[in-house]
Amino acid sequence: MADKVIYAMYDDDDVLKDGAKMLVSKGVKVTDVYSPFPIHGIDPIIGIKNTRLGIMSFVYGLIGLTLATYGMWFFMIDDWPMNIGGKPSFSYKENFLSFMPITFEFTVLCAAHGMAITYLIVNKTLPGMPAQNPDPRTTDDKFVMEFRMSDNTSMTESELVDLLKKTGMTELDQKDI
Amino acid sequence: MHKEAAIREPLILGHKTYHDITEDVCRPIEDKAPKTWYILFGIALVIGLYGVGCILYLLGTGVGVWGLNKTIGWAWDITNFVWWVGIGHAGTLISAVLLLFRQKWRMAINRSAEAMTIFAVFMAGLFPLIHMGRLWLGYWVLPIPNQFGSLWVNFNSPLLWDVFAISTYLSVSLVFWYIGLIPDFATIRDRAKKPVAKKMYSILSFGWSGRAKHWNRFELVSLVLAGLATPLVFSVHSIVSFDFATSVIPGWHTTIFPPYFVAGAVFSGFAMVQTLMLIMRKAMGLEAYIHKKHVEYMNIVIMVTGSIVGTAYITELFISWYSGVEYEAYAFINRATGPYWWAYFAMMTCNVVSPQLMWFKKLRRSLLFTFIISIVVNIGMWFERYVIIVTSLHRDYLPSSWSMHFPTHIDIGVYVGTIGLFFVFFLLFARFFPVLALNEVKSILKSSGESYKNAPDAHHDEPTPTPVVEAAAPVVEEKVEEKVIEAVKKGTKKKLSDEEIQSKTYELIAKIGDAGSALDDLKVISGVGPVLEKKLNSIGICSYDQVSKISKEEYDLLDQLTGSFPGRAERDDWAGQAKELMNKPKS
Repeated sequence: MADKVIYAMYDDDDVLKDGAKMLVSKGVKVTDVYSPFPIHGIDPIIGIKNTRLGIMSFVYGLIGLTLATYGMWFFMIDDWPMNIGGKPSFSYKENFLSFMPITFEFTVLCAAHGMAITYLIVNKTLPGMPAQNPDPRTTDDKFVMEFRMSDNTSMTESELVDLLKKTGMTELDQKDI
Repeated sequence: MHKEAAIREPLILGHKTYHDITEDVCRPIEDKAPKTWYILFGIALVIGLYGVGCILYLLGTGVGVWGLNKTIGWAWDITNFVWWVGIGHAGTLISAVLLLFRQKWRMAINRSAEAMTIFAVFMAGLFPLIHMGRLWLGYWVLPIPNQFGSLWVNFNSPLLWDVFAISTYLSVSLVFWYIGLIPDFATIRDRAKKPVAKKMYSILSFGWSGRAKHWNRFELVSLVLAGLATPLVFSVHSIVSFDFATSVIPGWHTTIFPPYFVAGAVFSGFAMVQTLMLIMRKAMGLEAYIHKKHVEYMNIVIMVTGSIVGTAYITELFISWYSGVEYEAYAFINRATGPYWWAYFAMMTCNVVSPQLMWFKKLRRSLLFTFIISIVVNIGMWFERYVIIVTSLHRDYLPSSWSMHFPTHIDIGVYVGTIGLFFVFFLLFARFFPVLALNEVKSILKSSGESYKNAPDAHHDEPTPTPVVEAAAPVVEEKVEEKVIEAVKKGTKKKLSDEEIQSKTYELIAKIGDAGSALDDLKVISGVGPVLEKKLNSIGICSYDQVSKISKEEYDLLDQLTGSFPGRAERDDWAGQAKELMNKPKS
């Protein structure tokens, strides 16, 4: 389906935020915001939910914990119990203290890497991916709001542009996709 | 945005804009490298290659080429290993622990400190690996099914804990570092002119676009990784200390090792950060971002951790006597008065005395002094490890096996070689990678930048003190004038006195005329947002006509009054824009 995208560019993150607040109160749907650094407080304004990557990290950590625990029980207690300097090797419980460091390290390893990989995949930021920011300056000092006309069926394009003009934007661009 | 107290020193000096930050950081990458870079790189490379040569010779001949003997089984290799791991601690501490504490000054140094961490841990990892003698069997430290029945590695051994700790630490630091680098690579990618550079940076930047959702995830991932890296950084050096503390060697067998090693690691790590940063800020022109305040903060960390280390030394001495164990007591008497007294003396002077000088504000804010102390601390911390390892071993329980350790030229070559390799990596990093965390520095510009801190509109989301509606309606002329002055006074009280503001406002309005009944939409002018419009209205500028009359002198006045973006109004040519707007037919 043909769609029209409007990009409004701003010089300042706070102006963009104020603008977004105003637009949203007028019923405009802001599709996305591109910025060179995180604009704090923009997410609730344009309706972006908090990420659940933190929960994922916890889950990966639990997986790591389970694997490490099972692994060490299997290696040291079940499969080949060794008598090392007379240290107890008959049950996991007796050995628990000396298993703690690796259990901890492995939990952290899984939590960190699991989350990082998930982060790159859900972002679709992987080696060789094409950049999608509408203007190269958005990674430098410009801030862009993106609007899709299919998201804003309640108003015409010129109505939206009129609203945008009141927000202190510096440049306007549009594209058919 | 977090508010910051006005008396806090700004972290970004000068009148920087977002674009300036990008320019300052990207210029060294985009320009040709200076000659000194090539010279330094050449020197580092030669030293590094010499080290590689020594390692190859060692691998071909055997560990016997080192100065180790039957009594002293660990000496230079493990000293260097612990030294490098210790240096590695500062990077993660700066980026992770200080992130959790919301310390903004970390943002200027965390990128390069983390790079330093990663390269230092590379160097550290090298030593246990080559100490194995047969490097190609290094994978035996991993619990993998093997041909010896199912003989597994010993999970009770601190040496194996070390394998897990160091490799986890290295890989998590690497990921943490790279995730922060992705958006900055995107900045370089979008600026790159040369096709090869563009291609390289677009691969490195993973197609980062800076969407709001991505930033949302980015911030959470950074926070969680910091949360994970914080206990990790403390665990790593604790585990390194277990290598010694779980043994039954007098001098090693102490329970204070874990906290004492961690403090020592942070101590030496920050010293290395200081050494590198002081050179880098100068060489790359980053004085506005890494300045005396940053150095002072780091010196305070050095002072605190140095004091912890000093306390630990003295505690150790006291306990060795108080315990009544004569072996333990002898280990320490031997350390201080035995044949290695000079190493002990070097350690005590460098690590206990030198950080105490940081109590003097003048000294801890002096760059030259800091640089010297940072080198002294690096040397002292190397000696600390040498003292702990060699002096505890060289006189063991059996006097007939007492011995001395003399490093061979291969010992020295490998050590110096790792320093060379470290600088090879670091110089490459400084040449091709953004050495400042661009996106993070930009995000603190408004709260900690000098020009914003002292400007009245440092916090845009605060309500402007101006009664806007009245001020904007020039009909009630006199009343407005008063309020205007009141408002401007509130806004710029740091810079101008009341009289000055009053006279300047009058001067300005006299020059460009008053608005009459016109009330134009000033926001249409590029560079004027709603906040600035309110401010302009409050001064009494409400029409295009007035703006179009602004010339050089009035721009300066205006900048003083609005206090925002010095020089920006002129650069954006408001007057020209206003003229055009006036000539436009009203829709």
